[in-house]
Amino acid sequence: MTSRLRLLAIALCLFASMLVHAIDPLPFKDHAEELRFQALTKQLRCLVCQNESLADSNAPLAADLRRDVFEQMQAGKSDEEIKAWLTARYSDFVLYDPPLHAATLLLWFGPALVLLAGGVAIIVIVRRRARMTKAATASQPAIDAEDDW
Amino acid sequence: MSSRLLPFFGFVLVFALLGFGIYWSQRHDPREVPSPLIGKPAPQFSLPVLGDPSKQVGTKELAGQPYLLNVFASWCFACRDEHPILMQDGKRLGVRLVGFNYKDEPDDAKRWIAQYGDPYDVIVADLPGNVAIDFGVTGAPETFLVDAKGVIRYKYISPITPEVIATELLPRISLLKKEAAQ
Repeated sequence: MTSRLRLLAIALCLFASMLVHAIDPLPFKDHAEELRFQALTKQLRCLVCQNESLADSNAPLAADLRRDVFEQMQAGKSDEEIKAWLTARYSDFVLYDPPLHAATLLLWFGPALVLLAGGVAIIVIVRRRARMTKAATASQPAIDAEDDW
Repeated sequence: MSSRLLPFFGFVLVFALLGFGIYWSQRHDPREVPSPLIGKPAPQFSLPVLGDPSKQVGTKELAGQPYLLNVFASWCFACRDEHPILMQDGKRLGVRLVGFNYKDEPDDAKRWIAQYGDPYDVIVADLPGNVAIDFGVTGAPETFLVDAKGVIRYKYISPITPEVIATELLPRISLLKKEAAQ
């Protein structure tokens, strides 16, 4: 009995938390607009809870920014215009996908550079080893071959 | 020879990289959002005065003299740490101190000011938080230094301390004074 009551209580709590977390409903024209809004806010970072997107965050600032994004969509602004509006206030920080410019060159191409450096190092080492073993086998014929390792 | 030293060089390289990472993260808060507004004109605004909503104060009224815009709210815990510092040093800054009451119920804000004191020359109230978004405010407390021409010269995130006043604010304020004198 008590366990059933407890289960009920847990279910109620979960239901209540779902209600609390239901993010401010916005009056979308149609489903396509809602999808566009969700796709856009997923690409934007909440400035308060920085590991959450604007779509997920419960921070009051995120709610305000969602409302602004929605209003700008209603005003016919494109996704790029809305992003520019946000970065003018909050810098590239607000974008999860950093744009390519002078300050982000290392961010974008750094990993490729490291990969390239590693590849060059491997090629150099392998070639040198090949040359050394070739030289070794040439100078010491057949008999000693088994003692190499 | 060189192939034997190669792992050592690799180690030194990784060590230097990680060391630089530690050095960098100690001096920079990775959570701090850089403001793209520094060096740009402060966004135009006109907001009701706290306690006297019939009166509006904004960029137009504040122009002509530098001012320090301090974002605060009664719900902001860190503002309570900052407040005594402003009470103590606010008048000695040499610029007007404008309170920016951010997303706060006017009654809560008035009670908070009555309880802890009023260091501000004027307090504007942004209940919906729209002007704050134009300023790129991410929370409270934040402080903006705006020059006589209305250009944002400096932004400080998190509570102001006596050290911040001495090392960050006062040198910049005296620079603004020097510019004004020329």
